[in-house]
Formats: sequence, structure tokens, C-alpha cells
Amino acid sequence: MQYTEIMVRYGELSTKGKNRKDFIKQLGKNVKRVLHNFDHLKINARRDRLHVTLNGENSDKVIDRLKDVFGIETFSPAMKVEKDIDAVKKVALEMVKDQYKPGMTFKIDTRRQDKNFPLDTHEINEALGSAIVDNIDGIKAKMNKPDITIRAEFRMNGVFLSSLTILGSGGLPVGTGGRATMMLSGGIDSPVASYLGMKRGVKLDMVHFYSPPYTSEQALAKAKQLTEKLTRFGGNIQFLQVPFTEIQEEIKEKVPEGYLMTVQRRMMLRLTAALTISRHCKGIFTGESLGQVASQTLESMMAINDVTNMPVLRPLTSLDKTEIIRIAENIDTYELSIMPFEDCCTVFTPPAPRTKPNLYRTRECENMIDVKGLMERALDNVKIVDIKPGEEFLNANEDVFSELL
Amino acid sequence: MIYFDNSATTKPDLSVVDTYSKVSKNIWGNPSSLHQFGEQSFNLLEQSRQQIAKILNVFPDEIFFTGGGTEGDNWAIKGTAMAKRKYGNHIITSSVEHPAVINSMKQLEKLGFEVTYLPVDQNGKVSVEDVKASIKHSTILISIMAVNNEVGSIQPIEQIGELLTKYPTIQYHIDAVQGIGKGLHDIIFNDRADLITFSGHKFHAPRGVGFMYKRRGKKVEPLLAGGGQEKNLRSSTENLPAIVAMARALRLLTDNEKEKVAKQAEIKNFIFNYISKFDNVITFSKDNAEFAPHILCFAIKGVRGETIVHAFESYGIFISTTSACSSKKHLTSSTLTAMKIPEEDATSAVRISLDENNTMDEAKKFIQIFDILYEKFKKINA
Repeated sequence: MQYTEIMVRYGELSTKGKNRKDFIKQLGKNVKRVLHNFDHLKINARRDRLHVTLNGENSDKVIDRLKDVFGIETFSPAMKVEKDIDAVKKVALEMVKDQYKPGMTFKIDTRRQDKNFPLDTHEINEALGSAIVDNIDGIKAKMNKPDITIRAEFRMNGVFLSSLTILGSGGLPVGTGGRATMMLSGGIDSPVASYLGMKRGVKLDMVHFYSPPYTSEQALAKAKQLTEKLTRFGGNIQFLQVPFTEIQEEIKEKVPEGYLMTVQRRMMLRLTAALTISRHCKGIFTGESLGQVASQTLESMMAINDVTNMPVLRPLTSLDKTEIIRIAENIDTYELSIMPFEDCCTVFTPPAPRTKPNLYRTRECENMIDVKGLMERALDNVKIVDIKPGEEFLNANEDVFSELL
Repeated sequence: MIYFDNSATTKPDLSVVDTYSKVSKNIWGNPSSLHQFGEQSFNLLEQSRQQIAKILNVFPDEIFFTGGGTEGDNWAIKGTAMAKRKYGNHIITSSVEHPAVINSMKQLEKLGFEVTYLPVDQNGKVSVEDVKASIKHSTILISIMAVNNEVGSIQPIEQIGELLTKYPTIQYHIDAVQGIGKGLHDIIFNDRADLITFSGHKFHAPRGVGFMYKRRGKKVEPLLAGGGQEKNLRSSTENLPAIVAMARALRLLTDNEKEKVAKQAEIKNFIFNYISKFDNVITFSKDNAEFAPHILCFAIKGVRGETIVHAFESYGIFISTTSACSSKKHLTSSTLTAMKIPEEDATSAVRISLDENNTMDEAKKFIQIFDILYEKFKKINA
């Protein structure tokens, strides 16, 4: 069914007292960004509800996008109909038919704010109800827990018919929880951790380490595409591409094999911490899950975390791999994540990394490289791109392709 | 020339052939190669998959490319049998399935599987009650076609799906080769359909390519083992030109599907209403919603189907005896036999099958020729 408007109900933010205004403003902004490529939409974030006027845009597509935006509790697609009872009947009937399966029951729920409408609430209920009963074989009205409820609001500016209540993602609007950096590799875990961070309203800047020629253009494109996937929860995301080749080469050359990984991780965290401060972010998110790999034991975390006193947030700490994969599938990042490109974490993995590195030994090993110089050169060459919903990175040939398809 | 044999195969769309040729010439890298050239092919492959998934409103990882309808049917059936053997050995199908299904079943019977072939009514349809009554503890698979290829009846696949919601362990395969682009999307992709077979050349794509829908999480063993393509479920270097061409063909097919279907139904009903007035004509298809909009099967009593086909051919009109697969073997239609049509009528059966490019003018021409031939055949009959 092609609807004309969508009414969006706010989630948790209804409880947030005086911050409410900011929350609504942020959600309005996020919804606008997520829906940026629908040219004709009108989005109006009001105190009680957010209202999307479709102006002919495809309602199914808009509904699909809204499902993902954090801060939305539920929403209802609606039809604006002229104030003519026959027109209302026709649309109400269509709406029921759209959902009806044999054996279902229905109810009409009328709100008559326009007191000048010739029929009263009771008469409207009866007119719409009988139109439905007369035209659908076997359908019955039921007041208590019907399968289909048609809500008819007779307002001054028209009649609004709605029926479905679609569940939103809940959570808080991205941006209301402050801003943090996220260490995004391109694997399965980091997009899931990003998702969970954003769910609590945190706006994330993605930090991605790029080591050409050890990692390919495709691996970089994949990380960007994953970022794009995550924009649908709250709009544009900044992507920081940090050159890491020189650091990796120097570590490989100078650091004993057992500590390669630990020192490399320390450098990554150090760079991220520096970016976090310079960008006025307030914390670092990572996709680490306790005990999953050598760098994710408590001992390793201690040896790595040693480089910063920034809060390092690890939303996946206690999740099993299968649980992480399930979320990745739900947020549609799994398929992308398992694309087989080498990333910065796998290229220089020694055959037997230390699972319990010693903190003092780690510090000693690190002294073998020029931490300061390496940091400076990497930070000077960070590239920043702003990634919008719907952007394509993996399919650079899209134009050629679309001609073929 | 008037081509009324679209259930046998369709004329490849020119722009689709163009895509095929362009991809063959320019994007010939192996999608599994690591270099940029392979990467480009890989991207195009995945984009084709996404396009198909989007059109059908399913997830891209639920689309698997195959070599066509026969492979899809074989894969769904044998792959399920292999994957679910330890849970049971009973399979339910209908007696009017395509040979790709029936003969796969026969092979499985030799291996010790037990197959129930459901009967059909006078319209060629199975009944949901029969399906229900046949389900046993050991049932692992139900395979039913969406649209019968010989008479065009639409099987109650949605209702069977509803029934199967109570039997979540039974895999449900739908052969939708004749059903695509005929306004049946919602019943084919019902909530319970696990595996659905499609064939490219039935909708203006090249031969040798098709695809299978496999619901997420459903288990099926590969029929082709090898290099691990298609998530290790269908090995073989991807037939990229044909796949891209098919993705395009599907898009063209489903643009304005509603109007196209209405047009085919109008043509079919026009011919149906005309010919069913004649005493010696028996129509096996009907003009109601229980039949697909594009297939019309009828007989002229006392005249062999083959004779009717050649007679029309001499006027440049191409129709067929029931199915293309059986027509050269001089077999009576298995669907009509299952519908308990007497053999002498079944041997007279011919099939008209339409596509979206057929016109009302062609139908009018058809009935003119029909009149001429009917008169001629009267003489033979007398």
C-alpha cells in the first residue's frame, strides 16, 4: 500500500525531562540525514511526534529506513483522505484488505476532532464498519483485541487513516550521548560494537588503519561500506583513514615476534587516543570480546590499555561469537564483514602471539621503535571522509554496471 | 510469425542479449580471482544478486545462481534428501510435476526414499487435505509446483504453506519456473516457502542460467561439489554474462507486471471464450483465478495434437502439444492423464502459452486461422 504520511512516536526520550528538546531536535536531524535521498519528503519534528509527509515518495522504502533509526519507539504509516465519508470508506476498506486473511477480526477506532464533520463518532464507526463487513466475506468486528484496527482521525485539515504500528529500533538518537571514536577494522565484531554504541546515542567517528600494499584498496572500501551500513541508524559518519604501513614495518623489523601484536595494538590505541582528544571526543569504542583472540585476554588488554587513560568501551566484552554473529546478521553487516580481504590485524599476525604479555616487557619492547616520530607522521597523514547513507564504495563501477543491469 | 509457445522457452530480449555480449567481452575475469579484474566481476555478480533479491523482496544471501530450472529442481530435492536423511525418508509431491521433479523422485525411490505422489482434481490441482493426510512423522520434504506447465493450474501453494506452519521441520520446495512474472509473487514467496526454483530462459534471459531462493537457515546439501562458489552450495565458475543478463531480464519482466499480466489474461480469455463455443473443442484450462493468465490447454476432438500444431505452423502460428519435454516422445500429457482425461482426448491436446509481448491482434489472427482449421478438421472427423 502506498501511504501519504508517517507518524513517528518517540522512544525513551519521552522520559528525559528538560533534555527533551535537544533529543527531538537531534532525532529530526538524524531522520533527515537517513532519508536524505528522498527529495520530496517533508520532515517535521514536533513536541509530541515526528511527522513525515511523503509527497509521493515510496512509503515502503521510507518505512524500511525508519525501522533502523535509533530513538524511534514505533511509527504508523497513514493515509490522508479528503473529508468525504465515501472516500474514507474506500481507503479504510483497502487498508483492511491489505492485511486481511480468512478468519481475522477488525475494529474501527475513530477520533473526531473536527466537531463540524456531519457524522458523529458513532455514525462514522458504523459507516466504515459496514463498508468493510459488506465487502469482505467472513470478516467480523471485534472490540476486544481485534486482529486489524483501523484508526480514523478526523482533523481540521483532513482525515488520517492508519492501521499498522511498526516497531522502531528503540535506543537513543545518535548524537544525544556525546561523541566517541570507534576502532573499525572491517571484521565481524567492530560494526556490531559500533551499532551497540550508537544505540545508546553515541555519535561515532570511525578510525580505520590502512596498510598498503599489505592491505588492499578493497579492504579499505569494505571498511567504508561497513560505515555506510551503520549510517542508517543515525545519519552521516566521519571516517578517519590512518596510514599504518610504516609503523607495521618498523615493529616487524625491531620488535621480538611474541610482542609484535601487543606493540602494534598499543600503537593503534595510542593513535586513536590522540585523534579522540584532537576531535573533542570523549571515549574510544572497540569491538573486543573477552578471550576471543590473543589480544583480547585480560592480560593483553592491560598491556595494551596502558597507553591511555581515555575510557575504552567494549560493548562486546561478554558476548559469545555466535551472539555477535546473530546481531551482525540482523544489522546486515555480516555478509560484508566476511568478504575475504586481508585487514591490518591479520597481515602481520605472528604464528604464536603472546596471550599473556608481561606489561614491563611490553614497555621495553616498545622502546625499540621511534614511537613519537611514527605517531607524528601517521597523524599528519590522516584522511577524513564524511560517509552518507546510500553511498557505494565497493562498487566503483556502478555506472557501468547499472547500464548492464 | 505468431509465437504462442512461451512456456517452452521465450525469445531472448535484445537488450538482455546485449548485456550478455558486453559482459562476455569486457568483464570476463573470474569472480573468485583476487586481482582487480576478478574483483570487478565479483562486484557485478553481487550486484546482480542484489538486484534480483530487491525485486523479489528477499535477502541477497537467499539467492543462489544455478544452471536453470532442471538443476534447481534436482538440487532442491536431492539436496534436501541428503541433508535431512537422518530425520526421515518420506517425500510428498504431486503427480503433475515437471519431469525434473518426478524423475528426481524416482531416483530417490531407488535409494530407499518413499515418495507420495498426490492425485489432482479435474482442474489439475492437488488438495491441501490430501497433503495434510499424507504427512507422516518421517516426512522431510514437500515439493509442489506453483503453476502447472501443461494446463496452467495454480496449485494451492500458499495454503500448503499455511498448513506447513504446523510442521516446521518439513522442507517446502516450490517449482516456480512457470510462475514468475505472472502476478503470483505473494503466493510463491509465502511465509513458509523454503526453496524456490526459477529458470532464466522462461523470462527472456539466456539458456543455462537460473536461480534458487533458499530461506536463511534452511539446510540443503550441494548437488555440485567443488571450488566452493555460491557459499559452497553450488560450485562451478559463475556464469557471469548469463547471470547479469538474467538480472536484467527479471527487472524488465517485473516492470509494470500488473498491466502485463492483465493483458495476457485478456488475450487468453478472449481465445478461451471463442474456442470453447465449438462442439468439438474441450478446454482443459479455465478462464478463472485458479489458472495462470498465460497458459491455455485445449483439444480438438479426434485430431492428434501433433497435427494441430503443424496445421497452425503452416500459417505461421507456433503452439505446442502440452509440454515441450514430452512432445517429441509421443507421450500423452502426464498432467492430463493425472486429471483423468480419457486418452483419446489427451492425445488431442495442445497448449497456447503467452508472454507480455503477445497482442490482441495476434489473438484475433489466431481465431481466424482456428476457424479455417476447425472446418478442415471437421472433414477428417467425419
